Amino acid sequence: MKVLVPVKRVVDYNVKVRVKADGTGVETANVKMSMNPFDEIAVEEAVRLKEKGVATEIVAISAGPSAAQEQIRTALAMGADRGILVEHDGTLEPLAVAKILKAIVDKEGPALVILGKQAIDDDMNATGQMLAALLGWGQGTFASKVEKDGDNLKVTREVDGGLETVSLKLPAIVTTDLRLNEPRYASLPNIMKARKKPIETVKPGDLGVDVTPRLTVLKVEEPAKRQAGKKVGSVQELVEKLRTEAKVI
Amino acid sequence: MAVLVLADHKDGAVTQPTRSTVAAASKLGEVHVLVAGPGAAAGAAAAAKLPGVTKVLTGGDGPVLAEPLAALLVALAPGYSHLLAPASAAGKNVMPRVAALLDVQILSDIAGVVDADTFVRPIYAGNAMATVKSSDAKKVITVRAASFDPVPAEGGSATVEAAPAAADPGLSSFLGAEIVKSERPELTAARIVISGGRAMANSENFKILEAVADKLGAAVGASRAAVDAGYAPNDMQVGQTGKIVAPELYIAVGISGAIQHLAGMKDSKVIVAINKDEEAPIFQVADYGLVADLFKAVPELEAELSK
Ligand SMILES: Cc1cc2nc3c(=O)[nH]c(=O)nc-3n(C[C@H](O)[C@H](O)[C@H](O)COP(=O)(O)OP(=O)(O)OC[C@H]3O[C@@H](n4cnc5c(N)ncnc54)[C@H](O)[C@@H]3O)c2cc1C
Ligand SMILES: Nc1ncnc2c1ncn2[C@@H]1O[C@H](COP(=O)(O)O)[C@@H](O)[C@H]1O
Repeated sequence: MKVLVPVKRVVDYNVKVRVKADGTGVETANVKMSMNPFDEIAVEEAVRLKEKGVATEIVAISAGPSAAQEQIRTALAMGADRGILVEHDGTLEPLAVAKILKAIVDKEGPALVILGKQAIDDDMNATGQMLAALLGWGQGTFASKVEKDGDNLKVTREVDGGLETVSLKLPAIVTTDLRLNEPRYASLPNIMKARKKPIETVKPGDLGVDVTPRLTVLKVEEPAKRQAGKKVGSVQELVEKLRTEAKVI
Repeated sequence: MAVLVLADHKDGAVTQPTRSTVAAASKLGEVHVLVAGPGAAAGAAAAAKLPGVTKVLTGGDGPVLAEPLAALLVALAPGYSHLLAPASAAGKNVMPRVAALLDVQILSDIAGVVDADTFVRPIYAGNAMATVKSSDAKKVITVRAASFDPVPAEGGSATVEAAPAAADPGLSSFLGAEIVKSERPELTAARIVISGGRAMANSENFKILEAVADKLGAAVGASRAAVDAGYAPNDMQVGQTGKIVAPELYIAVGISGAIQHLAGMKDSKVIVAINKDEEAPIFQVADYGLVADLFKAVPELEAELSK
């Protein structure tokens, strides 16, 4: 079966982002960019499915600026077969991304799309569920285990209280949680090989998708800052302070 | 137009995050609540007592699956201006699906209501707060419970009726669940939380945190590193991509204080950090910091609390 893996270009998880002085957003100029960590997990899962002989072809897709090619290359170096860049400068909300992905799914006909559960920039946790809705497919979100089970997919999900297992009819959508796998590092030979793998570039308009945002950002502010407090010298002093000063116990 | 809240419920009670969601919803209009899944009737009876709720609808009491639940919410949507759910695993699973079916951009994890169209939500692990205005006719929202004081559990008397049945699209089926049983309070509802990190070194050692938790009536949490290593169940992860908590007291034990962890606990009223590295970033947000070996300090803490 063919597997699609959407990968988002985001500010690297190690960067401490700064709010722009004019309150229009966060500073992204000259900041390290990477593949969204949950998407690395998604690519890894697809590659493992291919290694097991379950997946036949893996297509990595990124919607964003032309520089998002870098994240597609990373996916190709990890083992994806080809890439599609949906080039667009400016905001893409999950609904717009889901519509873009639906248009690509309609063309490519995959049996499975594996997305990250959440992009660590917008923290929306929405695109996979939205794509499942638009396609009328079943969804296995926050997956910590994925197994092919005949014509179905068995997905173990991280839920409040523990784990739950569902069976999805294929084609289906999966979104990855942190415990699904540990993504591999691409080896140098694979990075070299990835340079030769094809990346097709399209525009949202070519796919017939209107990506006009539905949300207007009125302002972006820094959250209330916490002050570092004091060090206490002993457990006795800590308990004393919690009882008489903070009065929380 | 009224607003609809999808409730999380358990053992005949609605969860505290659901009561926080009702508080957020009350700022937007008259509140109706939908209760579905195992134990729906008892959950509905509890929801009917929430102040501000005027009507409770019961869905089926079979296992909750995203696809039929979304279909039900979409069927109910014409009667409501806003559809809300707590930003719990259940809410985050179903609400974006509902939003897409309604051709609406979801407002995830809101931390503030400015007006009927305008909301505040954290981005970049809570390192920035965005105020966004939605141009969609209907709003689909998940609510960050820690940002809204919950309504009391009692005081209202809503009517309860069955929701009209919606067709199950039959896309998935429920195979089973492994739910961790605990006598301790829920992480997202506890007044006190004590969390352990990678330094706990194994799951057995979490017992010393549990002993303190039992003295304080606290919930036990964990960092991602502790969960990944298998020292604690996934359900206990606090952080950007785990649970968001804001208790009166948060005690971080052997946790370095990565941005992703801070994202889940930095709105706590009082933060205590116990770490043997005095340079650990967690101390920058802690009201009280104790530089110590946890294996010495935590048992001492338990003993001191017994006094
Ligand atoms: C996409 C993504 C999502 C993430 N989401 C989350 C999330 O939701 N929640 C989360 O927590 N993390 C999350 N992380 C991981 C995060 O970046 C950190 O790796 C993690 O929080 C570190 O956990 P830790 O503090 O327990 O471990 P470490 O960083 O290893 O810290 C261990 C600490 O214990 C101290 N220590 C060691 N021995 C002792 C001792 N005997 N006594 C006292 N102190 C001791 C050390 O000084 C150190 O400060 C995420 C990361 C990514 C990339
Ligand atoms: N612009 C994008 N390009 C490719 N994939 C995306 C994009 N935006 C979101 N996704 C996918 O959707 C997931 C969830 O993103 P979000 O809903 O924004 O939190 C990500 O982990 C990606 O797999």
